[in-house]
Amino acid sequence: MSFLQKKRWQRRHLMEAFMKFIMRASLLIVAGSLGLILWIVVVRGLPALSWDMVSKIPEGGYYMGKGGGILNAIIGSAYLASGGTLLAVIFSVPIALYLKTYLGDSKWGQYVRLSLDVLWGIPSIVYGAFGFALMITLGMRASLLAGIIILAFIELPIMTRAMDEVIRRMPVDLEHAALALGSTKFEVALRVVTRQMLPGITTAILLGFGRGIGDAASVLFTAGYTDRIPTSLMRPTASLPLAVFFQLGSPYPEVQQRGYAAALILTIIVLAVSLGSRWLSARLNRYTVK
Amino acid sequence: MSSLISNLNNQTEGRNPRPSAALRTRKDNAARRAFFIFTLLPVALIVFVTGALFVRSWPIISEYGLTDLLFGEVWKPNNGQFGFWPFILGTFWVTTVGVILSVPACLLASIYLAEYAHARTRSFAKPILDLLAAIPPVVYGVWGLLAIVPFVDDVLAPLSERWLGSVSIFSVNQPTGFNVLSAGIVLAVMIAPLVISVMYEILSTVPNDLRHASLAVGATQWQTIRNIVLPQVGPGILAAVVLGASRALGETIAVLMVVGNIPQIPTSIFDSAYPLPALIANNYGEMMSIPLYDAALLSAALVLLVVILIFNILSLIVLRRMLRKK
Repeated sequence: MSFLQKKRWQRRHLMEAFMKFIMRASLLIVAGSLGLILWIVVVRGLPALSWDMVSKIPEGGYYMGKGGGILNAIIGSAYLASGGTLLAVIFSVPIALYLKTYLGDSKWGQYVRLSLDVLWGIPSIVYGAFGFALMITLGMRASLLAGIIILAFIELPIMTRAMDEVIRRMPVDLEHAALALGSTKFEVALRVVTRQMLPGITTAILLGFGRGIGDAASVLFTAGYTDRIPTSLMRPTASLPLAVFFQLGSPYPEVQQRGYAAALILTIIVLAVSLGSRWLSARLNRYTVK
Repeated sequence: MSSLISNLNNQTEGRNPRPSAALRTRKDNAARRAFFIFTLLPVALIVFVTGALFVRSWPIISEYGLTDLLFGEVWKPNNGQFGFWPFILGTFWVTTVGVILSVPACLLASIYLAEYAHARTRSFAKPILDLLAAIPPVVYGVWGLLAIVPFVDDVLAPLSERWLGSVSIFSVNQPTGFNVLSAGIVLAVMIAPLVISVMYEILSTVPNDLRHASLAVGATQWQTIRNIVLPQVGPGILAAVVLGASRALGETIAVLMVVGNIPQIPTSIFDSAYPLPALIANNYGEMMSIPLYDAALLSAALVLLVVILIFNILSLIVLRRMLRKK
C-alpha cells in the first residue's frame, strides 16, 4: 500500500466514524427531546396536581386562583373525542373495507388514498375555520355537536389510513380462498376482512381518540368553552387543551400552575392511549392469519 | 324409516333456506354502491372545505382584491385595513427556521435507522417517534414556554449577540425569548417524527443489491450511502421535507404560545412574529363585531389551505411514485 493509498484509506474511514457519530447524535437529540418534554411537563405539572383538579369543576373566582378543578374540561374532552371517534369509525370502516376488497390498487383507489393523505395534512386550524364558516352559514352556535363533527373530519383520514395499512398486509390467499368457494366480494369483506382488520380497527380507534383529545385549534372555533359540564349536544363544552391554553394565559401564578397540571393530565391520557394501542394491537395480532 | 325421513324434513324446515345466488349477487351490488358513496366522502370533503372557505371569504376578496389582501402591510381591522403580508412573512420565517433546524437531524437519524441500526435500536426508535407524534400541540407549547423561550432568551440570544451580532438575521433587537427561533425549535421537534418516518420509508425502497455491489468493491458504508443510496432517493427526501414544511405551516397553538404575536415583518430570527394560524386563532372571538373581519380571517385560512394543498399534493405524488417502485 503506497503512502497515498494509506492516507486515502484513513480519510474515508475517519469520515465513516465521524458520520456514524453525528447520526447517532441526531437520533439521540430527537429521542432526548421526547424525554425533555416529558420531564418538563412532569416537573412543572406535578406540584400543582391535586385531587381537586380532577374531581371538581371551576368554582367562583377559579381563574383568579380560587378553588375548584378542571373536571369540566376532562369530561368535555372525553365527550368530544369519543363522539368524534365514534362518528369517524362509522365512516372509516366501510371506506377501508371498500378500498381493500373492491378497489385494491385501482385508479379510483389511488385517488381515494391520495385524498385521505391530503386530508390528513390539512391543519386543524383550517378545519376549525371551516367549521366556523359552516356554523355562521347555518346560524349555529358553538356546541358539543359541532366540535364532535369537526373532530370526526380530522380523525377520519388518520383512522382510515391506519386501518388500510393493516389490512393491506392481509395475505391475498385468504381472499382468494373465500372467492374460490363462491363468496361474493361483500361476503369476503364482511366475514374475512373484518376479522383480519380487528387489530387495525383497535389501533385506529385509539390513534384517532388520541389525536382528537389533544386537538385545540379546531375545538376553539366549534365547541367554545364553558365552566359547566355539558348536558346536551347543543351546549358548548370545555376541553383539556383549551383549559391548558387559557390557564397559561392568565397573569395569576396559581392559575398558570394549574395550567401545567392540566398539561400533565392531558399528556398522561395521550401517552396511555398511545401505549395502550401498541399493547392491544400486539395482543390482537395473535388472532389474525399472517 | 318414514319417521326418520319426516324427522329430517322437520329439521330442514326449521332452518332458513340458503340464500340464492341471485340474492347474494344483488346484495353484493347494493353493498358495492353503498360503499362507493362512502369513498366519495374524503374527495368531497376536500372540495367542500375549500369551497366553503372560498364562499365565506368572497366578500372581502371581491372588495379588496387578492393582491391588496396578500401584500397589504397594514393590519387595522377597525379602519377596514386588512393586509396579510406581515403574517404571511411571519409564517414563512417560522416555517423556514423550523425546517432548517429539523431536516439535517431528521435526515441523519433516518439514515442511521435505515442503514446502520440494529433491529433492536429500530424497535426502540419506533415507539419513541410514535410518542413524539402523539404529544398534543398544546403540550409542545407548554414545553416551548417553559424550556425553549428561557433557553433562547438566556443562552442563545447572548451568544448570538456576542458572536453573530453583525449579521442582520441573527441580530437581537428585542428583550424577550418569544421569537421566531423559539417557534422554529418547537416546530422542528414537532415535525421530526413525520419527516423521519417518511425518509426512512423512502430509504428502504433502495434495493439491497445496489448497496452490496458498492460495499463489495470496497466502499465504506458512508461512501455507499452518499454515492449510491442518496442519489436514488433525492426527490423522495425533498418530498419528505416539503411534507414536513406543510405540517409546520399550519401549526397553530404551539407556535402561538411562543412566537410573541407582534404583527411586524421579522428581519431576524430573534424578532417576534405573528404567523397566519395564530392570527386566525387569536381573533376568532371578535370577528363578528367588525364588518368583514370574519371574511378576512376565513380568507387567511383559505390562503393557508391552498398553499398546504399544493405542497401536500406535490410531495404525496412524488412519494407515491417512489414507494410504488419498490
